[in-house]
Amino acid sequence: MSFEFNGKTYETDDDGYLVNLDDWNKDVAAYIAEQEGVEMTDAHWEVVNFLRNYYQEYSIAPAIKILIKEMKKMFGPEKGNSAYLYNLYPAGPALQACKIAGLPKPTGCV
Amino acid sequence: MAEPAAEKTLLDIITEADTDRNVKGPELTGEINVPRVEEGRIVKGVLSGAKPYAAKPDMMTALGFPDTLVDNWEEAAVKRLGELLEKYKSLQVYLDICVRCGSCTDKCQFFLGSGDPNNMPVARAELLRRVYKKYFTTEGKLFGKLAGAHRLDLKLLGDWYAYFHQCSQCRRCSVFCPYGIDTAEISMAAREVMNAIGLGQKYTDMTIGKLLEIGNNLGMNPKALVNTLESIEEDIEEEDGVPVKLPLDVEGADILLVTPSADFFASPHVESLIGYAKVFHQAGANWTLSSAASEAGNFGMFIGNYTLMQKAATRIHNAIEQIRPKRLVVGECGHAWRIAYSFWNTLIGPFDSLDPKYPAPQHICEYTYDLIKRGAIKLNKEANDEFTVTFHDSCNVARASRMGNRPGGQFTIPRELIKASCNKYVEMDPETTKEKTFCCGGGGGLLTDEIMETRVAGAMPRMQALHAVMKSDGVNFMALICAICKAQFTAVLPRYGVPMDVAGGVHQLVGRAIELGAKE
Repeated sequence: MSFEFNGKTYETDDDGYLVNLDDWNKDVAAYIAEQEGVEMTDAHWEVVNFLRNYYQEYSIAPAIKILIKEMKKMFGPEKGNSAYLYNLYPAGPALQACKIAGLPKPTGCV
Repeated sequence: MAEPAAEKTLLDIITEADTDRNVKGPELTGEINVPRVEEGRIVKGVLSGAKPYAAKPDMMTALGFPDTLVDNWEEAAVKRLGELLEKYKSLQVYLDICVRCGSCTDKCQFFLGSGDPNNMPVARAELLRRVYKKYFTTEGKLFGKLAGAHRLDLKLLGDWYAYFHQCSQCRRCSVFCPYGIDTAEISMAAREVMNAIGLGQKYTDMTIGKLLEIGNNLGMNPKALVNTLESIEEDIEEEDGVPVKLPLDVEGADILLVTPSADFFASPHVESLIGYAKVFHQAGANWTLSSAASEAGNFGMFIGNYTLMQKAATRIHNAIEQIRPKRLVVGECGHAWRIAYSFWNTLIGPFDSLDPKYPAPQHICEYTYDLIKRGAIKLNKEANDEFTVTFHDSCNVARASRMGNRPGGQFTIPRELIKASCNKYVEMDPETTKEKTFCCGGGGGLLTDEIMETRVAGAMPRMQALHAVMKSDGVNFMALICAICKAQFTAVLPRYGVPMDVAGGVHQLVGRAIELGAKE
């Protein structure tokens, strides 16, 4: 599967997750977010940037527990909790934020 | 301008889906009503479009299957079926002996939840049995349709793809079959045949591929695993003030724990991992996880493929060689425990290097139960006073394994653990527990979002039984010992209007209740 955006073709998996990590840029992220019904604010970017940095280091998205903890370390307890993340990404931080961050969909028994 | 649509391949036609991902569960009443024709609730083919994504060519070749549907697929399918019949006499017996008594018809959660008669276990098996009759029995060869025989045409292959992916191989129907026909084995054979002709299911095949390539279903490499375990250690110390460790790759450790990788990643799974770690810590055990064996699960079983099952299990054999533990303990994972208990010995055994004093392998629940009985760990039940707990028996544990040294130990031991961890425990309807337990609706390779309609339907009986005890006794925690159950219920509970945190692990409760620190 694929979609067109700004004259470029982006290859995706069956669920619309980008196949190539390097295809990602802020504009296409905002576009994917729009399709998801999410309007990107600074708070949304904080999560996306963390996910991408973590993925670049570990080749996998962080466990949700780690995401929460690291958000807490970086931005304080009001941002380091599950309710805050679900508020930003109603379909779930793991699924929806990863999609916008251009990471593959988490698989396995999760 | 719209692009010209690419020409559809046969594979596209077979796997073309028509299913509602945003489906909600029916209203909960606490009653499990069998769909009836006169109520209009039996609708043939209502779930015929609930098909999972097909595996991509690279996923197929990685497992040694053809990259896409082979040209001579009918011939190839018959050939593979013939090989399976030779290899597994049980399969032939199951295909021969069904007398259509109807005992199984209303026993499958996917039939109860969908009302699609193709989800009656006898009808599902019939999809394969027809083909068996056509090519492998005299009456089928002679009398064809009159004898119930049918060639494997495109339409039938499409039905195979739909309905053999609406069976979670939970074997509930087998409990009620007077002949003991194991429909799971039939569904495994059908999936093996489909893979052999180039028609694989993406979720299962991709997951097996990740396990073989990276070492676990998640695709979590050792570096990420180290980081994750350190982070969990940090969390426990912050919360409890005790330096509980999650050791990795410690050669010479007494105990090797093999657990589903979801325990490292997902919630609530990770809470059970924390529970095991606290138990080992308080018992003073010298234990370790292994990065080579960072997955207990083995989806090779779901597609009935012995070669892949053995390949996946060999990682555990290698970890034993490397670490040389005395004991092998398995974390909370249903199908993994079936494989560990029933198949490891022939796949990667015998476990001669392990200490024969202990069961090999041993379930984490047995391990913890033994410590409680001996007074080696203490639990403070009040720590779970906010919960009224019930227990969902996982299908593979309930019907394909045992724990401890008494019959039914797989039922009593997890319950004893829960009762030792909390004050309020309630059983669900006995028609839905122990050997009669319903599947969560996500087992056997169905835990993938595109077939959410199947998953929500399959969860219906358990959801009704849960609802009944939520209403009558205020149950607010359903304890589980399976990574698939945990993920499935976390996703499906909200679709029935129940909060997702009602689903949790048995060792989550143990971990909250265990008294850490110096022993008296």
